Amino acid sequence: MSEESPKKPQRLSRKERERREFLRTSALVAGVGGFSLLQLIPTLTDAAPRLRPPGALDEKEYLSSCIKCGQCVQVCPVEAIFLADMLDGQGQGAAYIDARNQACDFSCDGLQCVLACPTGALTHEINYSHETRMGIARLDKPAQCLAVKGEGFFGITRGAEYNGKLRFDEIDRWNPIALNQHPFDLEVCDLCVRLCPIEIRRTQCEVGKPPSGDINQCPPKPAIELQKIENGRDTVSYVPAVLEGCVGCGVCEMVCPTDEPAIVIDIRKQWSEVNA
Amino acid sequence: MRIGKYCINVMLGKSPTKTPPAQISEEAKALHQKKKESGEIDKVKAREEHEIYRETHNKKWRTRRWATILFINLLFVASYALDIQLLEGALTASRFLGFHMADLNSALQVVLAFKTVLINLLIGFVTVLLMWILLGGRTFCSWVCPYHLLSEFAEMVHIKLVEKKIIKNHLFNRKARTWFYIFFAVLAFATGYTVYETISPTGILSRALIYGPTVALLWVAFLLTVEIFYSRRAWCRYVCPIGLTYGFVGTITPMKVNYNVVDCHHEGDCRKVCLVPHVLEWTIKGRSPEINVELGPDCTRCGMCIDVCPTDSLNFHFKGLSTKK
Repeated sequence: MSEESPKKPQRLSRKERERREFLRTSALVAGVGGFSLLQLIPTLTDAAPRLRPPGALDEKEYLSSCIKCGQCVQVCPVEAIFLADMLDGQGQGAAYIDARNQACDFSCDGLQCVLACPTGALTHEINYSHETRMGIARLDKPAQCLAVKGEGFFGITRGAEYNGKLRFDEIDRWNPIALNQHPFDLEVCDLCVRLCPIEIRRTQCEVGKPPSGDINQCPPKPAIELQKIENGRDTVSYVPAVLEGCVGCGVCEMVCPTDEPAIVIDIRKQWSEVNA
Repeated sequence: MRIGKYCINVMLGKSPTKTPPAQISEEAKALHQKKKESGEIDKVKAREEHEIYRETHNKKWRTRRWATILFINLLFVASYALDIQLLEGALTASRFLGFHMADLNSALQVVLAFKTVLINLLIGFVTVLLMWILLGGRTFCSWVCPYHLLSEFAEMVHIKLVEKKIIKNHLFNRKARTWFYIFFAVLAFATGYTVYETISPTGILSRALIYGPTVALLWVAFLLTVEIFYSRRAWCRYVCPIGLTYGFVGTITPMKVNYNVVDCHHEGDCRKVCLVPHVLEWTIKGRSPEINVELGPDCTRCGMCIDVCPTDSLNFHFKGLSTKK
């Protein structure tokens, strides 16, 4: 009899089918729910602190409000902004800047990323570069700093392979230039000061040529300067001193010619915290 | 109205039931009775007709739909890659010719997590809401979502493997999607993070297309693998809260698929190709409450049922514009 044949699969009873469906569904809910909860771990443990674009709200609020669309990425003229991957947990799809790779030099002049943000994760309450607070620069390895060593800098910073770019207003207002196309010839290395977007704006304002002809673009406070240090020897040396006007954009970290950048950005730190 | 409520319950996971006689119109009753008595439909002939139609008929709606999915997603890609700026951003939020658009589910998640409504997000939300009210709610799923397209390919492989008896399909309880919907809403509100965004294959795929491949694509690949080997269309059917959000929009849209019972052979080919076959329960013999009845809000307006129907019993219908058969 075919019903007794062991080869014919037994049709499961309704109860058994329902039991199996229930177990499967429970596994699905636990699996997908659990995997989504795993995505909280990198965030709650702060595994990968990131430099955020100008105007970013406090990290928690920033991640809450960011809709992960990348419109800020698309408008950045120096392509400084990237979206994080899954390993960033809740930061996945949220914008960050890797300053050493490509810093924000504010060459859009109008904080385009802030204007592009549809949710206000990059707050619309700021209008000018000097109002940004992304972090603060710090001379991390003074022993490596060329200025501290009293050395100059000649040639291309970061090497010919490096394809980061910055805007040089005096050369081309609208198109940023690759750093490997722009050699320097400096008796004392002051790249972090001379290329600082805040310092560049202050210089422009001093000679009566504020960016876009708008005096509101003029940063009220200096961000960085070279201070002479007495080393008791014949050579003169200098130390880059970070000042209150520093916004943490990361250009100094980007352009620093030493293998490991001598100057780095402390993400989200404020000048007042560091100089308390 | 009672039918409407019933359809929403079915969308939320209730199993479809036989239509109570009290809810079947006299006209429909008479037709059901007539079909039952006369046995007018020659079963073998009907089966044959269905099979011939399936093999010879070109899948008009599927072609249009795939072209639309590709066009919209490539428009995002081209806008950034070629800097033509027509459609900037990603599927979660964008600007079309400068006008804000926000995915309804992503916007809801952000509002729940951030607990503040920003004007640009509101504008984007309302624009997209109005658009999908006009176009049919879950139309987003089958006409825009890039995961839907990949999932359709996975489904084809899945069906082949089932036909060859290499694998079996496993069903889940459809209520799971409703539970996920509540879970992700509560999670966003409680943690302040848009947790669903981190596992949403729609967002992951959209961003990967526009901004370059990511590790997160492995998750999407895993989901597709599960859909090929274990459970047909599992993510869209049992998990995706985006689908349910647009399903709610589908309750108030004039854009529907209409079912006309008169010529139907009740062979059920439409239910076999459907992502959400519970919306096609009306096509079972004796269940249709009216001569013409609109499919429920969970319908993605993909047109697969229209493509396989040899009797022209299923059609797109825009309330007030097109006349029912």
